[in-house]
Amino acid sequence: MNMISFKIDGVPVTVPAGTTILEAARQAGIRIPTLCYMKDVNEIGACRMCVVEAGGRALQAACVYPVDSLPRNRETGEYAEVKTNTPAIRRARKVNLELLLSNHDKKCLSCVRSTNCELQALCREYGVEDENRFAGAMTETKVDNSSLSIVRNNAKCILCRRCEAVCEKVQHVGVIGPTMRGFKTQILPAWNMGLAETGCINCGQCINVCPTAALTEKDDTKEVFDALADPNKYVVVQTAPAVRAALGEEFGIPMGTSVTGKMAAALRRMGFDKVFDTDYAADLTIMEEANELVARVKEGGVLPMITSCSPGWIKFCETYYPEFIPNLSSCKSPHEMEGAVIKSYFAEKEGIDPHKIVVVSVMPCTAKKFECKRPEMGHDGMADVDIVITTRELARMIKQCGIRFEKLADEDFDDMLGESTGAAVIFGVTGGVMEAALRTAYEVITGEKLQKLDFVDVRGFEGVKEASYNLNGLEVKVAVAHSTGAAAKLLDAVKSGEKSYTFIEVMGCPGGCINGGGQPLVSPEKRLEIDVKALRAKALYDEDAAKPIRKSHELPAINKMYDEFFGNPNSPKAHELLHTHYTARKLYND
Amino acid sequence: MSISQDKYDRLDEVIAANKGQSGAVMRTLQAAQDIFGHVPKDVQIRIAEGLGTTLSDVYGVATFYSQFALEPRGEYIIGVCLGTACYVKGSKNVLERVCKELDTPVGKTSKDGLFTIRDTRCLGACGLAPVMMINDDVYGRLTPAEVPAILNKYRQA
Repeated sequence: MNMISFKIDGVPVTVPAGTTILEAARQAGIRIPTLCYMKDVNEIGACRMCVVEAGGRALQAACVYPVDSLPRNRETGEYAEVKTNTPAIRRARKVNLELLLSNHDKKCLSCVRSTNCELQALCREYGVEDENRFAGAMTETKVDNSSLSIVRNNAKCILCRRCEAVCEKVQHVGVIGPTMRGFKTQILPAWNMGLAETGCINCGQCINVCPTAALTEKDDTKEVFDALADPNKYVVVQTAPAVRAALGEEFGIPMGTSVTGKMAAALRRMGFDKVFDTDYAADLTIMEEANELVARVKEGGVLPMITSCSPGWIKFCETYYPEFIPNLSSCKSPHEMEGAVIKSYFAEKEGIDPHKIVVVSVMPCTAKKFECKRPEMGHDGMADVDIVITTRELARMIKQCGIRFEKLADEDFDDMLGESTGAAVIFGVTGGVMEAALRTAYEVITGEKLQKLDFVDVRGFEGVKEASYNLNGLEVKVAVAHSTGAAAKLLDAVKSGEKSYTFIEVMGCPGGCINGGGQPLVSPEKRLEIDVKALRAKALYDEDAAKPIRKSHELPAINKMYDEFFGNPNSPKAHELLHTHYTARKLYND
Repeated sequence: MSISQDKYDRLDEVIAANKGQSGAVMRTLQAAQDIFGHVPKDVQIRIAEGLGTTLSDVYGVATFYSQFALEPRGEYIIGVCLGTACYVKGSKNVLERVCKELDTPVGKTSKDGLFTIRDTRCLGACGLAPVMMINDDVYGRLTPAEVPAILNKYRQA
């Protein structure tokens, strides 16, 4: 490999040809600020925050400048030294920021991203003194509220194009992009459609990469506060597995710390009548799904069966791969199951009118906001789940309630629908649903006790993971994909006949729910330094390992409910309340 | 075979020829504009699906370049120059008068389908500033007051 040696700010660096100045500087421990840059996803030199002196007259964008293009001394052949910190560079960065501000709405006090905004942070860092230095005309924009999950406010957009890149390259959705040119440029769906009219899958990965508040989740916190204040409502909350792995970050607790106990305590103080755990329904999902799989295998049903917990993935499948709809498990996602159980079994046992119950789901996910409004997610005129809020929204509510989250003593979930196993808690990370299902399917099919509970082949963060298991002579081939882009590749391979599987797990977001579109935000720059997915995943795997029960079919509360209410997994009553169906969606509505 | 079916068939041929090539979106849009006179939504969707790209991509290119029209264009394309010389000589007032006379904003086509108004960069006739072109006819040293009579010529043509 051709290695290039040169200096950055006097520090000698040797890197392979083709490396950018930005990457070389990072390797040398020198930080160059970035705004539009996302490693491997968006490297386009658009924002000019990373400008450096590279031996020529003009400043150069370090993120797109390969080191082998540096000018060389004619006699010695030495490459020019790169400077990242001169008065000219600092001035250029500051002016760039001031120019960005000239077309930005600057309503920081009321902005949901204030103190967590990359533009704001850089303005402080570079000493911007007058946010109105270049006051003048602004691009005409309007807020797009059409989606149940995502709000776009282009008055705050700085055209970094990170959202477009993640939507297109990571998720293979590609419903937003630059429209018009020059001062009129805006990142929008084609033909100025509302996001809801496009093939958007509501995953919210665009929100996760937005440096400002141009993209935010649809805020449903007011609905929750209203329900809590209504004496005629019985308000029940449930929390998804991945929420506990990340919520603490919003309160300064180190990433990777599971805050299950504090979260239960906070929810109780906020005034919820019952604090339940979606993990309970994750165990229930395994009971239904593992048995559905066994039935499909034994009775020659449609295979591979594909998991259905991730509503972003489901909408992706319905829109882009409708031919795989028969492969989708008919199981509702866990929080929808939990909602259905709360408004049937629980209401019946407690003698509560289910019409008075408001079910609030706290999810790492923006697509769940869409899912809970699907007409098929309910029974007897009631929605299974009434309101979905994200991890971020819950954190804001806790702060508004004046609760000192980090000081709370741990509490437990409420009985009945608050119990769960280790199999359920790993639902929040890619491979987790597969592993949980295998723990149960193995014992159901073989009738033997599983010796080793950890299915490590399906763990980790490769785009697609594959494994094969022999269950009493039955060959079970599985695959796990995370991000809808990876799922698309996997489905293409299945469609072409190149690959064949028995069971596939898909989670719509890269890394699974721990990195969902509703999780606490971590900037791309910070993500270069810390492995967000691995840390959050570890919180869940540790919790699994510490649980006394780690297989869904061994949870007494679940078995009791089957005895008292559902009979058996996949019984007619289970089908009525816990299963659903899917609809092929048109990508374009002319 | 209907005329419009023939047009779609021609578009499909262009799509097939360009598929997989670099710059396919741009070239296919140009051909589509030649075939249809403009590139409406259904044509863009056909291009996106045919080339295996997103509608967002196609629409982005179509709105980036001023050569592409999203709506049917009028029989006469009015281009009012907003280049430096013309601008200094008051071409903005000429443009405003054109818009007022036709009751149509810049970039749009008049209700009778006769005129499409565009503001242009330098037309290369700065000595005649301010300049307006209607199709291939050049009008120089204009004042807003002259606009109605010029438009009437085309209405009566």
